[in-house]
Amino acid sequence: METAFTPFASLSGGLLIGFGAVLLMLGLGRIMGATGIMSGLVFAKNTAELSWRAVLAAGMILAPGLIYAVTGNMPAIDVPISPLMIVIGGVIVGLGASLGSGCTSGHGVCGLSRMSVRSLVAVPTFMVTAAITVFVIRHMFGG
Amino acid sequence: MRLIFVFLTGLVFGLGIAISGMMNPAKVLNFFDLAGTWDPSLAFVMGGALVVTFVGYRLVWRRDAPLFASLFQIPTSKVIDTKLIGGSALFGIGWGIAGFCPGAAIPAIGTGRWEVLLFLGAVAVGLALARILQGQPLFSRSANA
Repeated sequence: METAFTPFASLSGGLLIGFGAVLLMLGLGRIMGATGIMSGLVFAKNTAELSWRAVLAAGMILAPGLIYAVTGNMPAIDVPISPLMIVIGGVIVGLGASLGSGCTSGHGVCGLSRMSVRSLVAVPTFMVTAAITVFVIRHMFGG
Repeated sequence: MRLIFVFLTGLVFGLGIAISGMMNPAKVLNFFDLAGTWDPSLAFVMGGALVVTFVGYRLVWRRDAPLFASLFQIPTSKVIDTKLIGGSALFGIGWGIAGFCPGAAIPAIGTGRWEVLLFLGAVAVGLALARILQGQPLFSRSANA
């Protein structure tokens, strides 16, 4: 399915994402890595680990509702794949992000801005395998 | 005060994700579909986020410490190993299948869509699997992320 090219909305959103990452560094001195935040929430060992991550996630989760309150529309979520593929993709995402120590936010946004050598390797790696995966699914199996 | 700051930080990040289009799997998958219905929007998301973070981090690091913590906790490892490359390669495969990534899916919980919860449940299984594979107990202090 086609999606509209949205350079201005995407750029504005990107600026806010970056601002959020900077605020977390300013406030807590931490990297805005979504996988690490989620891992800390799911496998928390104590309430100190849990509390700031839970509050951070709560702020994130409120965002779509705030957009709905202001604009009258929820942010679009079009899911062009089956529930089974969501599950398979999700398990691989969790496994890969954990082994690779980061995902789009941790390696992509925060790691590249720090010019971390590990992120400079990780980001091109996952961008290329994502593109290959989409090519194989859509153009070789016609998904 | 600390938790209000953290809450607002999450809200800013979540608004960015929502406005940018990152929480829409159709858009994410089209970004990677160079040979098909290509939508380059997400390059603008990454570009915008990187410019702000690159400059912002350097301004923040002029301080001796964060506002609400005693030190900056920044990863220092420079090790390029199979785990980093293999894990990142796997992450990309999963992202290319599902179109969601964790940073987009956490704010997307707020839309109330069941697909988001299904995805995040599966991610939690993957995180647990990684811990088991690495011989880490599921609930302990050895978080590596």
